[in-house]
Amino acid sequence: MNAWTALDRFLRTDPRDVGCAEAMELLHVYAELAVTDASAAQRYPGIAAHLAACGPCGEDFDGLLAAIRSPAQ
Amino acid sequence: MVPADPVDGISPPPRLDTDSGGWIRVLSGTGLQREAGLARLHELLLRIARAELQRRSGQFRITGPELDDLAYQAAADALLAIDLKLGQFRGESRFTTWAYKFVIFEVSGKIGRHFWANPAVPMDAEDWDRLPGRLGPDPARETERRELADAVHRAVDEQLTPRQRKVFVAIVLNGVPLDALVAELGSTRNAIYKTMFDARRKLRAALAANGYLDDQTSRHS
Repeated sequence: MNAWTALDRFLRTDPRDVGCAEAMELLHVYAELAVTDASAAQRYPGIAAHLAACGPCGEDFDGLLAAIRSPAQ
Repeated sequence: MVPADPVDGISPPPRLDTDSGGWIRVLSGTGLQREAGLARLHELLLRIARAELQRRSGQFRITGPELDDLAYQAAADALLAIDLKLGQFRGESRFTTWAYKFVIFEVSGKIGRHFWANPAVPMDAEDWDRLPGRLGPDPARETERRELADAVHRAVDEQLTPRQRKVFVAIVLNGVPLDALVAELGSTRNAIYKTMFDARRKLRAALAANGYLDDQTSRHS
């Protein structure tokens, strides 16, 4: 991938992206769905699009998944 | 395990699993039972905060007592937020999943604020030669580096509002984490993300209009 392709990828936006506020509001619902079945992204495409594009929300999602899966659960 | 026995006069909302219902009953109650519930929840939140800080330890230089102090702060702040918002829990997930979300957000906020203890680059520095390397693999050809940096610099100057420009320069050129910028500007993650989202859309349209990018792939790929 050259620098122009990387720039193109970085600048592309997904119109389904719901933004941080909605993703953070529903993150617990999305995360629990993600660990119990595979339909989270189909059911919440706007949140899936956002988590793919937003580094901080994606990091929070990974952290919440790790917490849900932690041994004391 | 949290006791599931109902506290006098308080019934859990419908549709809650047994464990979540137990948490709500205890935390909505009064007296020693509520205090015990809060202490138990704080233990859980502290464990999650420590684990999350360890998981993200590659992103910052915090270790030992300072890291544990951050974990305690995150757990205490999350506990306060959960207690205040208890009435907003609608049973869409297990109670613990909902509660863990708060402590994960607190950890993110505290890491963001900690960035300013020792920032590598000032947030308003403008070294446009750094741009190609910030986007991924550094192009070998100097001409490609120069063309890309000049095109984006021009589009930023011509298309972005002062606010969009400030956010773009901080995040893209200077590598300021979004949550650190939120703390510095006293803003919200959603507002900064939306500013960047709009900036990305405007820059892509301008670069496409000038023939640098097209609707499908980049001209130079």
